[in-house]
Amino acid sequence: MVDLERHAGTVDESDLESIETEAAAKDPASSDIYAAVANNIRLLVTPAIIVALSVILYTYVTTFLDSDSAIFQDERSLDWERNLKPQLQQHLSLAIWSTVFVILLAVPLGVWLTRPKYKRFGGPVLAVATSGQATPAFGLLILAFAWLGRGPWTVVWALTLFSILPVLRNTMVGLEQVNPSVIEAGKGMGLTDRQVLRQVEIPLAVPIILAGVRTALIINVGMATLAFLIGGGGLGVTISSGLKLGRDVVVITGAGLTAIIALSVDWIASVIERALRPRGL
Amino acid sequence: MAHLSLKTLFGVVVAGVVGWYLFIADTAADNDFIGGIGDLLSGIAELPSLVFDGSAYTSFWSFMADDEGFGEILRTTVDHAQLVLASMFWAVIIAIGLGILVNRVRSLAGFVVGVSSILLTIPSLAAFAILISVSFIGIGDRGPIIALTAYSILPVLRNTVTGLEGVDRAVVESAKGMGLAPFQRLVRVELPLAWPVILTGIRIATLLNVGIAAIAVLVGGSGLGHYINDGLTRYPNPGSVERMWVGVLWTIALALVFDLLFGIIRKLTTPKGLR
Repeated sequence: MVDLERHAGTVDESDLESIETEAAAKDPASSDIYAAVANNIRLLVTPAIIVALSVILYTYVTTFLDSDSAIFQDERSLDWERNLKPQLQQHLSLAIWSTVFVILLAVPLGVWLTRPKYKRFGGPVLAVATSGQATPAFGLLILAFAWLGRGPWTVVWALTLFSILPVLRNTMVGLEQVNPSVIEAGKGMGLTDRQVLRQVEIPLAVPIILAGVRTALIINVGMATLAFLIGGGGLGVTISSGLKLGRDVVVITGAGLTAIIALSVDWIASVIERALRPRGL
Repeated sequence: MAHLSLKTLFGVVVAGVVGWYLFIADTAADNDFIGGIGDLLSGIAELPSLVFDGSAYTSFWSFMADDEGFGEILRTTVDHAQLVLASMFWAVIIAIGLGILVNRVRSLAGFVVGVSSILLTIPSLAAFAILISVSFIGIGDRGPIIALTAYSILPVLRNTVTGLEGVDRAVVESAKGMGLAPFQRLVRVELPLAWPVILTGIRIATLLNVGIAAIAVLVGGSGLGHYINDGLTRYPNPGSVERMWVGVLWTIALALVFDLLFGIIRKLTTPKGLR
């Protein structure tokens, strides 16, 4: 416990900002010019990469399957209707469900922990959540399996637990960076605390909260690749069967599809993030 | 207006999930939602009995001390650390080099940071697996090291750019006035001043890598992931859960050790004037 606190204690403000980048999230409020440019470039380059990857993968797989080096197992594992499509759906639903639960848990918790009454719990909770991040996702998934048994729902709970930190932290940071004079102005206009929260603080914090949600979503899409280990399905099944059979074409298809899905989800999330940002910010 | 957007967010999430299950997912029937919640609740209910089960702790301890022995665990931990350090070595060289380049040629900044952040969205198992099929990489540690290097570039690069940007122009100008050549300015003035920020980036990338390196076992790599994976394959035989915990706890411990080391390095290498 002492170790955990010490570990958490060393994470200062500047660290938090950089941790943000580890799951490719950008703080939209950041004043870095290059960060804004980088975000724009991502928005443009990512679709190009997605299209290029898809075309290359499709051409490679179809030519390979038509060639003589293809074996029965290849065609079987790469059957779209029977394997790839359901795995893709499982993969996305694992990521979406865990992100929904993260939002449902972390946003209210973050709001609660920034209210004056409970503010003193904020630091310790964030410290525990931050040091929890040192847990390898792989290990967390397997421990969740030993605790809750096999199946997709165990994966969802493990992912929820693992990716709660970015949303919780960004909710708290987002609410705390709201200019106190704006809150005062709201109060001066006769708004109750609840109204100030709903009409002033949360809308102003939305861009930062959304950045956290996007981070959580990307972590979840990535970690859903490991769901196959505990019977949760997803595209990891194809990767793993390719590894077991020693068939490169199967491995490449599984891994390539996973990468394409992750990039697409990231891109869609960043477009939604832009669209939802309150105007005037 | 702003208030509306929160409702829109909620609406998009709900519509997305409902739409997915109504129109797209054929597999919805397999996913027993109520059963999933039920499993979670009963799991939470039995959590206290698990936590206060003394025999679990003694069996964990005896597993570490007798069955497996600290020596074997330590060797695996060292393997794990080597994976991380090897990838960090390359990542630091590449990222600081790129950071300096970007600092000189400003128009590249957005592109380089943007592309390296795209790398981070690719799931680690997918990256490891794709690298296996490259002929000169194959099964083993080489693929994970390359992937971990790619993942570590962004945090280090971003902090290098930020750190170099944060160097006071006046200091650089006065170094120029003292007659230092551009390379001397970089090595003797700018990099030392940016170093604390760069080091933070290296530390964050290292801690991130310690967690991801556990997955290397799935593509034939070494490291503490072996214990986690062995625990999974042996489950529910005796010793399996202990194996999982050894893998997880030693990975966390390794991260803490790295964190501690970075604290010391930071103290030792920060220029006197910056402390």
